[in-house]
Amino acid sequence: MKQISKKLKIILPILLVAATIITISLLLRGHNFQLLNPQGIIAHQERSTMFTAVLLMLTLAVPLLVATFVIAYKYRATNEQADYQPEWDHNLEWEFIRWGLPAAIVVLLGILTWNTSHAVDPYKKIDPGTKTLTIQVVALQWKWLFIYPGQNIATVNFVEFPQNTPVNFQLTADAPMSSFWIPQLGGQMYAMPGMVTQLNLMADSAGEYAGTAAEINGAGFAGMKFTAKSVSSDDFNSWLNSMQATSSELTLAGYNDLAKPSEYNPQAFFAPVEPNLYNEVIMKFMAPEAGQDADMPGMHM
Amino acid sequence: MQHFLIGNLTTDALPHQWFTLGGTCFILLMSVVVVLFLTYTKRWKWLWTEWLTSTDPKRIGIMYIIMASLMLFRGALDAVMIWLQQALSSGASYGYLDPSHFQQIFTAHGDIMIFFVTMGFLFGLLNFIVPLQIGTRDLAFPFLNSLGFWLYVAGAVFINLFFVIGGDFAATGWLALPPLSELAFNPGTGVDYWIWSLQISGLGTMLGGINFLVTIIKMRAPGMTLFRMPMFTWTALLSSSLVVAIFPILAATIALLWLDRFFGMHFFTAGFGGNMMMYVNLIWTWGHPEVYVLIIPGFGIYSEVVSTFSQKKLFGYYSMVAAAFGITGIAFVVWLHHFFTMGAGADVNAFFGIMTMIIGIPTAVQIFNWLLTMFRGRIIFKTPMFWFLGFISTFTFGGIAGLLLASPAADFQLHNTLFLVAHFHTMVIGGALFGIFAGITYWFPKVTGFRLNERLGKYAFWCWLVGFFTAFTPLYLLGLMGATRRLDHYDAGTGWQPLFITALIGICIIGIGALLQVLQIFVSFKQRKENRDLTGDPWNGRTLEWATSSPPPHYNFAVIPTVESRDAFWNMKQKGLTKPKNYQDITMSKNTGLGIYLSGFIFLLGFAFVWHILWLGILGFAGAIICVIIRAYDDDTEYVITASELRQLEEKETLH
Repeated sequence: MKQISKKLKIILPILLVAATIITISLLLRGHNFQLLNPQGIIAHQERSTMFTAVLLMLTLAVPLLVATFVIAYKYRATNEQADYQPEWDHNLEWEFIRWGLPAAIVVLLGILTWNTSHAVDPYKKIDPGTKTLTIQVVALQWKWLFIYPGQNIATVNFVEFPQNTPVNFQLTADAPMSSFWIPQLGGQMYAMPGMVTQLNLMADSAGEYAGTAAEINGAGFAGMKFTAKSVSSDDFNSWLNSMQATSSELTLAGYNDLAKPSEYNPQAFFAPVEPNLYNEVIMKFMAPEAGQDADMPGMHM
Repeated sequence: MQHFLIGNLTTDALPHQWFTLGGTCFILLMSVVVVLFLTYTKRWKWLWTEWLTSTDPKRIGIMYIIMASLMLFRGALDAVMIWLQQALSSGASYGYLDPSHFQQIFTAHGDIMIFFVTMGFLFGLLNFIVPLQIGTRDLAFPFLNSLGFWLYVAGAVFINLFFVIGGDFAATGWLALPPLSELAFNPGTGVDYWIWSLQISGLGTMLGGINFLVTIIKMRAPGMTLFRMPMFTWTALLSSSLVVAIFPILAATIALLWLDRFFGMHFFTAGFGGNMMMYVNLIWTWGHPEVYVLIIPGFGIYSEVVSTFSQKKLFGYYSMVAAAFGITGIAFVVWLHHFFTMGAGADVNAFFGIMTMIIGIPTAVQIFNWLLTMFRGRIIFKTPMFWFLGFISTFTFGGIAGLLLASPAADFQLHNTLFLVAHFHTMVIGGALFGIFAGITYWFPKVTGFRLNERLGKYAFWCWLVGFFTAFTPLYLLGLMGATRRLDHYDAGTGWQPLFITALIGICIIGIGALLQVLQIFVSFKQRKENRDLTGDPWNGRTLEWATSSPPPHYNFAVIPTVESRDAFWNMKQKGLTKPKNYQDITMSKNTGLGIYLSGFIFLLGFAFVWHILWLGILGFAGAIICVIIRAYDDDTEYVITASELRQLEEKETLH
């Protein structure tokens, strides 16, 4: 009887672990691990940073973890054969090893960190040889407005750009702070009222990628999603032409309407766009006229 | 006139939503039960004189732990509500909470778990154990200690008060980042409740930090040099000095936010030259070290536990202290890693990333030290050791995730995702909370005189560990899939729902673990006769807290022990214990209700600020000042136990 229960004690955890692994793999079938499935040059580099760093750390963590349980088992009180030295509390070689090993890993991690921080610096222009597309982004309550200054069009919750062309996003907000994120193309950047930040991305291939707001910014936060579509440059040009032909104008009054809080906003398209709109959105937080409350969303400009 | 009397209060502020009604009814019901119980058992006077007005750090410690346990259940209920919403709200379903309510819940969850659960447990353990470990009878400032506790209670009441009056809490995330937390976007009283809850309890924490810093520096037993201090005392010292350094930053930062909201100033507003990133920087210069305030004493507890149950000296004491110093120091220069995505340059980001990684070195050193302490030991696997091994298993993964987040290139992707959420829960649950549970189990016989039931303790541990991995592994995976934190809804096409449901199952398993812990305490109390420890030293301990009886007399030690080495009690035992009888008169501090009154007035002041009631504010302010003056002019705050009384007390004790 005792032996059976002893066997059970070994078999049961193994079965449990196996069941867990099977359940998890079933749960995960067909999922898009966006961070591990990059479609842009920046996201590629960010993923390889993650892999390298994790591998580096595992070289120390796995032996430590294994050692913990081996030592805990070997020196259990019931094992009277094991060495017992209750006064043994320092050792110079171990001193070097336990400071040296983690330090060595951290030096390597540090070099990796320094290099990759500069390699994927969001402000750094990608491949300065080719022509860069500039897109201005305004985070509103609770939708994303994209303005194409060179093409004089604007879109809401949808952004399209040619593949293999560097895109320079210039981000601001006319709302509480948001974080702009297209996981499969690259990491996030904050969009803050009265300030401009930059994010340079480039898609490798054509496709539609999920974009989202990543920083809590009020009631409509969960619905503040957009689609980022990367297409061939021919398709992009024809999209531009159709936009100019079919869309309505975005005036200042129209913008003020748009800036009013709304949740799960549908996509929208505008052409042409009030000139200098983006700068005015930024400047209204800089020097409000007397009597105006700069905090109020959807104020008049 | 109406505005003069009740400020901005209207009938709208009365409970009318299901959760405020529910919360209010629950609070009322509990109050009635407590009142009836106290009246029926005639314990009002006992409660007031023996407990509430006590300045005995042991009693205050126990009250801290009871309060923190209550708040743990409140915070856990929030966690269940958060995940229930996320498990339901996919595709066409929008769950059972509206977005704003959902956001209030996760805000409250974070603040409660950090300020009122973890900090509460921590101060509880510090209060009970530190004076015993350093061989003293009281803290340096007994009244401040009582006041600090009651401010903590006032803060805890404040964070729950919106259930009864107001109806909404901050819907901003636990740090209330502006401009979202400014009037323009959060015009209700929720953020004001948040501000004053943290301001009041933060003041209490600051007083506690000062108290422990001075106590440990000035009041150690004769012979206990700094490098003879037990590791837990070292970590208490470092944690307290962190508290003293950072809590003024928190107080100033949220005071500025309050000025914005109350007087219409523009420190952090979107317009008029306000700068929200100033707030973000300030709050994280407090916020990051705060995490270390929570976790460093956990490291101290593990050191005590591992050494005691391995029946061996702690390995590498000096490098342990050095490592703890390292973690404390570097804690101040890493805050920017919480917002690499602000748009600082690559140089700045890389600097803060590398500084963060350097913290990995002393942390790894500590883990090595615990391993080498077990190495060539004789390990007895009592429940605290289980918590320690559980901590190593979770913390290793949490640490890897943490160093990954410290790399700006990786953090641009992982920031604000559920991966991050899983990481810091691993650190706070696996690091701080498991340590607290280990500490509570370890010191329980010291506090009560009987041991906790081992079997139930181990069952509870397994529930916590299995529940923890079931709850947080899905979050790591969801983060890698691109799920941001704080989502009240997501598309069905993402396929995230099964993972959220798994996480919900995980927290239910954790919940069973927590209930088992409650059961454990009841069962242990019923079986206290079998589990009684009459020696005062149930684990064959090494440090001074085991040198006195369990529970210790209110004066801790009849004769203050003289310390000759590290592991002072262990060495006393080696030499053969003798009970010193050279009694002398001792001075103890009297109980006082002034701490309760003072924090009550500060509570009123906070309430007046939330609802703009001028007269109440003046009353609160004046009352608080008067309490301070009364205390300052009170010369009769101590009493003496004479040597002969002490002898009688001690002889009675031995007869038992």
